[in-house]
Amino acid sequence: MPLRSDIKKVLVIGSGPIVIGQAAEFDYAGAQACRALKQEGLEVVLINSNPATIMTDKAMADHIYIEPLTLDTVKRVIEIEKPDSVLSTLGGQTGLTLSMQLAAEGFLDSHNVKLLGADPETIHKAEDRQAFKDTMEKIGEPCIPSKVVETVEDAVEFAKVIDYPVIVRPAFTLGGTGGGIANNEEELRDISTNGLRLSPITQVLIEKCISGWKEIEFEVIRDRKGNVITVCSMENFDPVGVHTGDSIVIAPAVTLSDREYQMLRTASLNIISELKVEGGCNCQFALHPESMEYAVIEVNPRVSRSSALASKATGYPIAKVATRIAIGYTLDEIINAVTGKTYACFEPALDYVVIKFPKWAFDKFVYAKRTLGTQMKATGEVMAIGTSFEQAMMKAVRSTELGVDSMNMKKFEEMSVEELLGHLKKGVEDERSFEVFALLKKGVSIEKIHEITLIDEWFLDKLLNLVELEQWLAEGELTEDKYLTAKQYGYLDSTIERMSGQKCPTHRHAVYKMVDTCAGEFKAETPYFYSTYDEENEARQFIDRTEKGKKKVIVFGSGPIRIGQGIEFVYCSVHCVWTLKELGYEAVICNNNPETVSTDFDTGDRLYFDPLTPEDVDNIIATEQPYGVVVQFGGQTAIKLTRHLADSGVNILGTSADSIDAAEDRERFDELLEQCGIPRPEGFTVMTTEEAVKVADKLGYPVLLRPSYVLGGQNMIIAHSDQDVVEYMDIITSHMIANPVLIDKYMMGTEVEVDAICDGKDFLIPGIMEHVERAGVHSGDSISVYPAQNLSKRIRETIVEYTRRLSLALNVVGLVNIQYVVYQGEVYVIEVNPRSSRTVPYISKVTGIPMVDIATKIKFGATLKELGYESGLYPEGDYVAVKVPVFSFEKLQDVDTMLGPEMKSTGECLGIGHSFEDALLKGLVAAGYDLKREGGVLISVRDSEKREMVPIADKFSRMGFDLYATSGTASYLNRNMIATNTVRKISEGSPNTIDLLESGKIHYMISTSAKGRMPARDSVKMRRKSIERSICSLTAVDTANALANVLLSGRSMDDVKLVDITKI
Amino acid sequence: MALIKDSSPAWLVLADGQVFRGRSFGVKGTVIGEVVFTTGMTGYQETLTDPSYFGQIVTQTFPLIGNYGVNSQDFESAQSYVSGYIVREWCNAPSNFRSEDSIDHFLKRLNIIGLWGIDTRRLTRTLREAGVMNGAITTEDPAANMDSLLSEIRAYAVRNAVASVTGTEVRTYTPENAKYRVVLLDFGYKRYIRKSLMNRGCEVIVVPANTTAEEIREIAPDGIMLSNGPGDPAENTQIIENLREIAKLGIPMFGICLGHQLMALAMGAKTEKLKYGHRGANQPVIDLVSGKTYVTSQNHGYAVVGESLDTAVGAVSHNNANDKTCEGIRYTAVNCFTVQFHPEAHGGPLDTAYLFDDFTSRMDAYKEEK
Repeated sequence: MPLRSDIKKVLVIGSGPIVIGQAAEFDYAGAQACRALKQEGLEVVLINSNPATIMTDKAMADHIYIEPLTLDTVKRVIEIEKPDSVLSTLGGQTGLTLSMQLAAEGFLDSHNVKLLGADPETIHKAEDRQAFKDTMEKIGEPCIPSKVVETVEDAVEFAKVIDYPVIVRPAFTLGGTGGGIANNEEELRDISTNGLRLSPITQVLIEKCISGWKEIEFEVIRDRKGNVITVCSMENFDPVGVHTGDSIVIAPAVTLSDREYQMLRTASLNIISELKVEGGCNCQFALHPESMEYAVIEVNPRVSRSSALASKATGYPIAKVATRIAIGYTLDEIINAVTGKTYACFEPALDYVVIKFPKWAFDKFVYAKRTLGTQMKATGEVMAIGTSFEQAMMKAVRSTELGVDSMNMKKFEEMSVEELLGHLKKGVEDERSFEVFALLKKGVSIEKIHEITLIDEWFLDKLLNLVELEQWLAEGELTEDKYLTAKQYGYLDSTIERMSGQKCPTHRHAVYKMVDTCAGEFKAETPYFYSTYDEENEARQFIDRTEKGKKKVIVFGSGPIRIGQGIEFVYCSVHCVWTLKELGYEAVICNNNPETVSTDFDTGDRLYFDPLTPEDVDNIIATEQPYGVVVQFGGQTAIKLTRHLADSGVNILGTSADSIDAAEDRERFDELLEQCGIPRPEGFTVMTTEEAVKVADKLGYPVLLRPSYVLGGQNMIIAHSDQDVVEYMDIITSHMIANPVLIDKYMMGTEVEVDAICDGKDFLIPGIMEHVERAGVHSGDSISVYPAQNLSKRIRETIVEYTRRLSLALNVVGLVNIQYVVYQGEVYVIEVNPRSSRTVPYISKVTGIPMVDIATKIKFGATLKELGYESGLYPEGDYVAVKVPVFSFEKLQDVDTMLGPEMKSTGECLGIGHSFEDALLKGLVAAGYDLKREGGVLISVRDSEKREMVPIADKFSRMGFDLYATSGTASYLNRNMIATNTVRKISEGSPNTIDLLESGKIHYMISTSAKGRMPARDSVKMRRKSIERSICSLTAVDTANALANVLLSGRSMDDVKLVDITKI
Repeated sequence: MALIKDSSPAWLVLADGQVFRGRSFGVKGTVIGEVVFTTGMTGYQETLTDPSYFGQIVTQTFPLIGNYGVNSQDFESAQSYVSGYIVREWCNAPSNFRSEDSIDHFLKRLNIIGLWGIDTRRLTRTLREAGVMNGAITTEDPAANMDSLLSEIRAYAVRNAVASVTGTEVRTYTPENAKYRVVLLDFGYKRYIRKSLMNRGCEVIVVPANTTAEEIREIAPDGIMLSNGPGDPAENTQIIENLREIAKLGIPMFGICLGHQLMALAMGAKTEKLKYGHRGANQPVIDLVSGKTYVTSQNHGYAVVGESLDTAVGAVSHNNANDKTCEGIRYTAVNCFTVQFHPEAHGGPLDTAYLFDDFTSRMDAYKEEK
C-alpha cells in the first residue's frame, strides 16, 4: 500500500547538539527523512536545537524551529503547528525519548497526532531491561544471563548456574567501582563481598562474563506488512568489552561461516518481527568464538550510528527507506535508488570490504583516560572501502589524520616487546591496533597477541600480512610487481619509497569501482566510487557515459568529526555542492566520513569515498580531470591540500594557496598586518623551551602558547609563569616535532568574531558576533552572541574597516573568518582564516544570508553587487541569536572541564529571541542547563578573579541562593558583605567540597583555577565531581555572570516565544 | 603475503577471447566450463559442494574467500561438482573454531582447478552484460595455442548433468520417531534438503533420478521431494515423462529448483535460459498469495516461463521481486507445489524454511485421507 492518506503534515524531531555517542549521523538520517517526506508532498515541521545541521536548512522543511529539545518545547511546537503525525525514529535517542514521553502522557492522542516509526510498546520492549529480557525469552533469543543479588551466598549460587567467569557489577557505584571479573568461587567471594560493601543499597549484579566473544551487528529493516530484510552485517575488530562506537568495525562480518551468519541473521529478523518495528533496527550480538553459543547484547529500534555506517557501506539508504516505511510504503514498493531496477526488499551484496575506524580526541585531551570500555569516547569516525582488508585498513588509517601513513607508530616502535606486552595487558586503549602491529613487526606471534587481546586471529593475520609486505619492500629491488602489490595493499607511493629506500619504478593511478548494492549483478547508475588498483576504471566509464559537456568541480570534505572540526564543515561542503549544481557544474564530492550528508551518494554528481591525502586526491583528479577544485569548505583537512594542489597546477577556486599561506605563516602575516596598519597582540616564534621562557619574560605574563598550524586551539595554553611554559613546551614538542611554537602576549579583552564574504573588490559582513567569555576561552567554547551587544559604534566601525582591509589585502575570494580582541578600547586581530568557519551555518540561518551559496558563486566570477549585496556590514535583524557550546565531559574521564584556549566542546545549540536574555535562556536550556532558581552555589575562584566574583555572588545571594566557598574565596566574599559558608578543601579533610557536591545541596558551581589539566589537582577533582553529579558547572566568571543575569530576569521558557526561522 | 610471493600464474580465457591473468590455487591444469558468478558473501563451502554447479566455473563476487576455512559438517554433497573456482583472494590462515582445513587444500583434495588474484568485478560485469559464457581456467600460458583452446571453449556445453550427479542406489535415512516417509528424487540433491526433512520427522528414501512412478508406488511414501540439480532441465526427457506419471499417484509433492523446473515441464509449461541466472543469497521473492517478500538463496541459470503454465493445471505462486521471473508454482491439477529458490538454504537465508512445514502439513492431510 502506498502513502497513507491520513498523513499530511509531519513533525520531525532532531537529535540536538553533537555529543559523543550522538553525532552527525542523525543529521544525515534527519536530512534524508525530511527529503523523503517532502518528495511525497508532505508538509514538514522540524525541531532541532543544533544550528550547524543541514536538516535545519530552509530547503529541508517547511517550518523550522531551532529550539530546545525539551518536552515542553516540543509540545508547544505541536500546539502551534498542529501536525497530524510525528516521526520518532530518526532523531537518535533524544528524538525517540521525547516521542515516547509525548505518547506516554497522552499528549499525542489528545492532539490527534499519530506516532510514526515505532509504537511505545516496541520501544518499551527494546529499552526496558526487564521487558527486553522477557521479550527475548519469549522468542527464545538468549540474553546475557544475569541476576541481582544481595548476599555473597546468592552470588555464589547463581554463578554455579551460569558458570565462571562472571562479572560483578555493584549497583550505584560510579564507574563500576568495586566490580570485577571472578574466575572462580574464591575470587567471587572476595569481589562480591567488597562490591556489596561499596554499594549504597548492598546490591550487586552477577553477569556471565562474555568478554572476548565476537561482537557482531546486524542492521535490519521491517515494514508494516511484516517484510524483513537485513541490510548489512558488521564485525568488530575488538571483541566484546569495547563499545562498538570505539571499535574498529569491518563490514560484512568476515570470520563467520554461513551457519553462524544465518543463525544471527535469523535471530535479528525474529527480534525485529517480535518488536514489530516499522523501519530500521540495529541488533548487537555476542558470539562465542569456540561454539555456536550467542547472546543478544542490545537492540536499538531506530536509525543509529551503525545504520549510517551500514548505509554508506552498502549504498542502501536506511533512513530514507525507514521514512517511507513510516508513512505507509512497504519494502516491495520502494525502488532501490542505486540500481533503479531492484527493490528495497533485497539484501545488499558487497564485493568489497569496509572498515570503520574511530576518531578520538585524546590528542587534545592529554590527561584523559584513554582506556576503552562500555562508555563510547570517540567523537567521530572514518570509513574506508577496499577490495581487501589490508587495503581498506591502510586507507582508514590515513583518513583518520593521525599523522601516520601506515600502521607504524613511532612511540610503539621505540618500545621494547616487554613494555608493549605489559601495556597491552593493562587494558584496551585507542591505539591498540598500532600497538599490536608493532608487536607483530617485532616478531611476537599471533597466538601470543591473541591470548592477551582476544582479537580474532583472522584480523591479526591480516595485520601480519602488512608487516610482511613492509619487510618485503625493505629487502631487494623494488620491482614493478612488488610496487603493484604494495599499491593493492593500500600503500602510498611516498610510503613505498620510504620503506624500500628506492624510487618507485613506475607510477600507477588508482582506478575506481562502483558501490552498487548488488556486487555487479545489476547495472547501476549510482555515482558512488572507491579507489583500488585493478584494470577497469568504472568512474572513468561513468563519466564518459554521462558526459553532458559540463565543467567538473571537486569539493574536498573535512574528514572525520573531531573537536574543532565538526558538522559545520559538512554543512558548508554540501551547500557548496548544491550551489555548484545550480550553477550548471558537475559537482564531485570527496570525503571519508560515513556519518554525514556529504557522503550521501545523491548529494553531488559523483562521490569518491576515499582518504584526503595528496596522492589519494591526485588519483581522483587524474580520473575526473576537473575544471577546478574547492578547498575552502572542508576545514583544515581540505585547506592542508592547498599547497600541494597549487604546486601540481590544479585550479583552486576562490582564495589562492598563496593567500592561505600568507594568513597562516606567522612572518608573512605580521608583514601583512603592518601593511594594513592593524595591530595584533605582540608575539614571537620560538623553537626551544629556553627561548620560550626568555620570550615569555620579555612579553610579561600571561602569555599564550601554541604550535603553528593549529586546529581548534590544539595544544594551546595560557601560561602564567615560567613553570607553566616549561611544562607545556614539553607536551607541545613531544607532539609536534620541528614545528615552531608561537608565543603571544595574552590580552584579556572582549572577543569578537566576524565571518565575511569577499569578491576581491567588495566585502559583506553578515553580522558581528561577540563572545560572552573574554579572550582566553577558545572561540568554539564561548557563548557567542549575534548581533554584538556591547560594542560601541566606533569599535564596530573599526572592525568593519579592518575586515575590509584584511579581506582585500589577502585577496580573499569567498569566505574569511577573522577573530578580534577588543582590549582597553582598541581592536586587535588575533587570527585570520581565509576559509569557512564554525559559525557560518548559524550566522547564515539567523541573518538569512546564504553565505556558502554566495561564496561559491563568487568563486565563479559573480560579484556581491550582482548578487544584490552592498559592501560592508549587513543591517542587523530583529532577533538576537546566542550560540551555546555543548560538551561531552561526562563521557571523558579525567578531562578538566575548565574552559581555556584549547577547544573542548563537541557541539552547539542556538537560542533565538527578541532580547539577549531570552535568547541566552533558550540557548542554555537547549544545551541542557538545568536553570534552578534556588539551592546552593559553590564558589572557588582564583585570586585574580575574586574581585569580579563579588557582584556575581551578590546576584545569586539576592535571589536567595545559599553560597558556599573555599576559604580564600569565602573570606573575600564575606569581607565584601556577602554571606558565604566556608567549605574545606579536599586536602583539609572531611567534610569538604567533594562531600558538599555529593550532598545534593549544590545546584551551581563556579570554579576557576590558575592551573588545571592535571587530574590530581583539587580544582579538577571538584569540576569532575560536579560533572558526575550533573551539577551545573561554570568555569569562567563571564559565563557565571551571564547565567546569573538570565536567572535574575525571572523569565522562563514559558515566557519566551518560539521562532519559526523560515519566517525570519 | 606468502601467497603472493610464492604463487604461480594461471589464466582465465573466456569464449569471447578475453584473458584474465591471475594466480593459481587448488590443482594445476586446464578445465573448461560455463563461467557463472555467485554473490553470496558466506557459504562458499556449500557452493563448492552443491551439485547444481556441475559443469560450471564458479566466480565469487565477494573478494575474500576461505576466511573461516572448511569443515566436515557443512558439505552439501560428498564431493564438489564445480569445474573450476575463481576468487579475488583466498585466505591461507582461516579462523573459525570449526575450521579443519584451508580452501586451497580442500580444492587440491577434490582435484579442482582454482584461479585467484583477478579483477572478479570486471569478470562479473562482463558476464552480466554478455550473459553466461564458456571459459577455461588454465595454468599453462594460453597465448601459445589460443585458437585451439578457444574453439574447444566455444564447443563446450553442460551435458548429461543430472545423470552425472545423481546417486545410483536407493538409500534410506531414518530419524528418531519418524512420522512421515518421503521419497527424495535425487537430481543432485543438497544434503540440507534431506536434513530439513529429517528434522521434521521424515524418514527420507533417496532414490536415483530416473526412478519411475511404479517404483515409488511400491515404496508407498507420504510425500515426494523433487530435488535441485544441474543443467538444462529440458534435456531430461525421460525424467519429465516419469514425473507426469508420478504426479498421478496423488502423493503430496514438493519441488525445489531443478525439481521445480522439471515438474513445470512435465505439466506442459516451458523453461528458458536466463541471461546470467540468479546465484546468491539475497534474492527477493514475493509470495503472491500472502503478498509478503522473502529473501532467498538461489542458484539457477534456467527459469520456468510463468505465462506458459496452463491455468487449468496450476498458478504461479511466487515471483522474483527484481526481474519478475517465476519463482514458484502451486498446482491445482495435482498435489504438488514447487519453488525455484532454496528453502533449505545452506548457504543463504533460512526465511523460507516454513515451506517444509507446508509440505508436512500436506502429508498430514494426505495421511488422514488415506
